[in-house]
Amino acid sequence: MQSVLIHPLVVRVTHWINVLAVLIMITSGWSIYNASPLFPFEIPSQITLGGWLAGALQWHFAGMWLFALNGLVYLAFGIASGHFRRKLLPIAPRAVLHDIREALRGHLAHEDLSVYNAAQRAAYVALIIALVVMVASGLVIWKPVQLHWLGMLMGDYEGARLLHFFAMAAIAFIVVVHVLMVILVPRTFPTMLTGRFRRTS
Amino acid sequence: MSMDRKFILHRSPTIANLERRLFFKRGLSLGALSLLAGCNITDQESVQRVLLAMSRWNDGVQDWLFDPKRLAPEFPESRITRPFPYNGYYPESEVPEIDGSSYKLELAGMIREKKPWTLAELYALPQVSQVTRHICVEGWSAIGKWSGVRFSDFLARIGADTTAKYVGFQCADDYYGSIDMATALHPQTQLSLRYADELLPPKYGYPMKLRIPTKLGFKNPKLIAAIFVTNEYPGGYWEDKGYNWYSGS
Repeated sequence: MQSVLIHPLVVRVTHWINVLAVLIMITSGWSIYNASPLFPFEIPSQITLGGWLAGALQWHFAGMWLFALNGLVYLAFGIASGHFRRKLLPIAPRAVLHDIREALRGHLAHEDLSVYNAAQRAAYVALIIALVVMVASGLVIWKPVQLHWLGMLMGDYEGARLLHFFAMAAIAFIVVVHVLMVILVPRTFPTMLTGRFRRTS
Repeated sequence: MSMDRKFILHRSPTIANLERRLFFKRGLSLGALSLLAGCNITDQESVQRVLLAMSRWNDGVQDWLFDPKRLAPEFPESRITRPFPYNGYYPESEVPEIDGSSYKLELAGMIREKKPWTLAELYALPQVSQVTRHICVEGWSAIGKWSGVRFSDFLARIGADTTAKYVGFQCADDYYGSIDMATALHPQTQLSLRYADELLPPKYGYPMKLRIPTKLGFKNPKLIAAIFVTNEYPGGYWEDKGYNWYSGS
């Protein structure tokens, strides 16, 4: 039995802060969405945060600092330490499709928790990209005049609203799949707290 | 209690399964509960204090981000939203009708020439136009055309102390508001007297509104009755209910 560190401390701390931050951002964001829905449906107010628009906006614009600063620490660490390169690369499309198909059949290639399978890598990278898109589109919605140059990359203010919504939907989807996977492979859960995994070899 | 123990002592696979399901169900409802509680979390005094402090902090950040020379994008008239939406905290049928012939714009505070202005006098000043996007705090946006007096010209004409922090507004309904001096002096901030080349109709704020394309819609007061310049934070109708004061675009 050999105990190996698979999640560095920075990754664990930023992961759990991110859980809180994303929960605040999404539930308050749903409340803001309800003030002027883009599509012909509303989010049930029981699962939104803030009570009414002003409260939701207060949560959203306070939560954004927690979310963005925590995200910057994570990205800086991931790039500078080589964590991203080691854990998330390479991503071969064929391998991703193969692993997704295997996962759907119930064959989860997850013997060695220190190595992410191709489907995991793709999901985590997609999540990171969606979160970055969330910040960029959110900045355009917040500052459509001061950051007009950024807005021009995504169809100005109204384009940014759509992008912000779809990036939220992508994040919510990835989070649901992620939580389902943890329930199916429960031994992955404590590793995100202790960082350690006992390998038998 | 004894029932529970019995179940634990004789756990058949079915019961074990049931327990697991119950555990997840309870977990889910706990999650839902904490979200439900989230609605009320906002009302707790300590939480409210932190949220308001963050809103003040965001005022400062936005003031720092604001470039007094950066113009809001202008659009061709073909992009104008028709009909331009009416928006207010009371229905359109209750918009007060102002008598233009007796109306006078009152001035107060750190202003040299406090003589009230008639509409005829305001119409006689040099006029400018803009086709800009109005963005509501609710999220929707609409493009419209406003014409009137450049506000910085008007402030200069009345001898307003532009080193003061705030410009405040009292409206003919019970609306009131205030903006920072940098925004008041922005070249596109306009004391609007016309909408789509017609006299401003009551629903858009007759006899005048302040059009600020670098701020959210609720920061654009309609039916203005008085303007004042001050160093003391005047707040605003929605700001005092929790909206962010700066609310810049």
